[in-house]
Amino acid sequence: MSDAHAHSIAFVRMETLPESPPPARQTGMPKWLRDNLFSGWANTLLTLVGIWAIYTILSGVLPWILNGVWNASSLTECREILAGQTGACFAVLKDRWHQLLFGFQYPSELYWRPILAFFMMLVAIAPVLFFDLPRKLLIFTALFPFIAYYLIWGGPLATPLVALAGCAAAYVVFDRYGKESFAAGFLGGVAVALVVWIIGGIVVGMVASETPWMTAVPSRDLGGFMLNMMLGVTCVSLSIPLGIVLALGRQSDMPLIKGICVVFIEFIRGVPLITLLFVASVMLAYFFPPDSTVDLFLRVVIMITMFSSAYIAEVIRGGLAALPKGQYEAADSLGLDYPQAMRLIILPQALKISIPGIVNVAVGLFKDTTLVSVISMFDLIGMIRGPILASTEWNGVYWELLGFAACLFFVVCYGISQYSQWLERRLATDHR
Amino acid sequence: MKKTVFFGALTVAGIAAGAASAATLDDVKARGTLNCGVTTGLVGFAAPDANGEWQGFDVAVCRAVAAAVLGDGSAVEFVPTTGKTRFTALASGEIDMLARNTTWTFSRDVDLKFEFTGVNYYDGQGFMIPKELGVSSAKDLDGATVCIQTGTTTELNLADFFRSNNIGYEPVPIETNAEAQQQYLAGACDVYTTDASGLAATRATFEAPGDHVILPEIISKEPLGPLVRHGDPEWGDIVRWTLNALIAAEELGISSTNIEELAAGTNNPEINRILGTEGTLGEMMGLDADWAKRAIAVGGNYGEIFAKNIGESTPIGLARGLNAQWTEGGLLYSPPFR
Repeated sequence: MSDAHAHSIAFVRMETLPESPPPARQTGMPKWLRDNLFSGWANTLLTLVGIWAIYTILSGVLPWILNGVWNASSLTECREILAGQTGACFAVLKDRWHQLLFGFQYPSELYWRPILAFFMMLVAIAPVLFFDLPRKLLIFTALFPFIAYYLIWGGPLATPLVALAGCAAAYVVFDRYGKESFAAGFLGGVAVALVVWIIGGIVVGMVASETPWMTAVPSRDLGGFMLNMMLGVTCVSLSIPLGIVLALGRQSDMPLIKGICVVFIEFIRGVPLITLLFVASVMLAYFFPPDSTVDLFLRVVIMITMFSSAYIAEVIRGGLAALPKGQYEAADSLGLDYPQAMRLIILPQALKISIPGIVNVAVGLFKDTTLVSVISMFDLIGMIRGPILASTEWNGVYWELLGFAACLFFVVCYGISQYSQWLERRLATDHR
Repeated sequence: MKKTVFFGALTVAGIAAGAASAATLDDVKARGTLNCGVTTGLVGFAAPDANGEWQGFDVAVCRAVAAAVLGDGSAVEFVPTTGKTRFTALASGEIDMLARNTTWTFSRDVDLKFEFTGVNYYDGQGFMIPKELGVSSAKDLDGATVCIQTGTTTELNLADFFRSNNIGYEPVPIETNAEAQQQYLAGACDVYTTDASGLAATRATFEAPGDHVILPEIISKEPLGPLVRHGDPEWGDIVRWTLNALIAAEELGISSTNIEELAAGTNNPEINRILGTEGTLGEMMGLDADWAKRAIAVGGNYGEIFAKNIGESTPIGLARGLNAQWTEGGLLYSPPFR
């Protein structure tokens, strides 16, 4: 065969040619550029405008950041150092660093306490956020609120211990009686906890020494980003359970419970948060005698929690409504009672659907904590707007301080949103 | 109208709360600290420094009262208040006195049921303008664009001034002093108007303060002073006469440097009465004889406090102007200590 060919045809290629690279315009960077940036005259134009815009912004911002002054004791000194050149005055961040983070009244020798509490918080929320971690860690999570309270506020050790004892007693009662009747266990638990707290409160009042081992810090001395973190973490973690209860209550068949939940949710959602904060800080003072008011921090936590729990309740109600009716009927047909059905079948699915909404509320809530600056609490924004901008050294520094605040908030909020995306992928909520 | 009813309701509640503890002096002594309301931060008047210590012109009044009553100028619990929370904080009894650059007006004194105990700073609304515009009087401002904080009395004063002088202007509404500063520097308005002390403090933060002038016209009266609740005149007397003692001390030449020397006794009977070596002035108020001596010693007399916090040697650089002693052409005039 091959011989015949050898005679009739002058040349036959016996082996394949080596592969030559594709044309330069069809590969690698040039192709990507052509496809994505310069694929037509309109896109080319847009690309050029985009590049010009980026260049304009960077040429303005970069010298300002890179030329920034970090060592100065006042804005005037910054300007002397810069001598007319463009440049930021980051020295204010260095000078007032501790005030931005902790407020201006928290005793500086005690900064280790909130810092320690912060790192313990990371450990405590880890098992809640990442359920691959050993479940034993949840014991630490349960203890954390009491440890954090003791670290941040100090005072007699007995206070958090009594609070813990009350919760533990309530848990024991609920564990014992809750299996037969949820209502009996729940109400019994609450009653026992109240009894423990009242008796404990009297005992603490008598036993507490004048000079506790941990110096007591009043709530008014808290401030800075610490205050935002504390309000954010406390209110989010309180408002999710409360929101679940409200959402279930709104779907309840019992008219009284349903009525209370509907009125609560609709009232809170119809009122701006800032109004609630004013009520907490100003109006409530009229209802208490001058010397025995409820702590301002606690009042604010209650108000923000109420506000966000109403929103979370509506988000979760959306999740509940999205579940097919068959799920409820399946639970009934298995003979589960209401708490069991909710806990084992309905809520796990409903909460999964609600994750994006809950995260949305949580991010919004965290940013809303800056509103406390209008009721003269010195959170991060309050510190910037009040004491720092009103000092003779730093009056007139705006971009650096507010940019710094924006960075801090961005880091936290972006972290929350990335976590929720991971969680959604992990739980695969789209039932594919 | 609605606002008035609202404040009225607050005040009624406030009186009820106040009546329960009429003797503020006893409360303060029992507590061991004076709860003094200040601003959340105003350059030169009240702001915490890098160490968290409150400093400023209004703060000095709080410290003087604390020194007179409790014997310790640092026994003050400073309660920061905003423009919105200040009156309710005072009416509800959360604070014992308010020293927060608050203008003494008829309705605040009468309708809100407060008692102004004097004036520690005579302010007034002024204009700031870039020097290059070459304007030397506010009456030449016809057709100017003016940056003005909305919802304040300054807005109304401005309208009155331009109308009575038959000239026109274009308002640029802004929300805060910080915003005003940026807008003015960016050239969004020709003129910025607010209280003269605020203008001076704002100008001090500019890169080139010399390029801007504050016009000589002052178009409103803003007497700023400390205030207390109605219903406890004895406490009001203490705050009023502590402020008067600071003012009289400057007039009589009592300063923090020579006070020990003068307290040993002088030929001037009024100095002796103030410092407690003659007469029983302290006793009449329910305090001891040394009350005024301590109040003056803690931060100096009025002139020293002024010079240290907002005077011409500070970055704010306010001249005494109306706030000079009456003997030097100002308005400070303390009634006699007799």
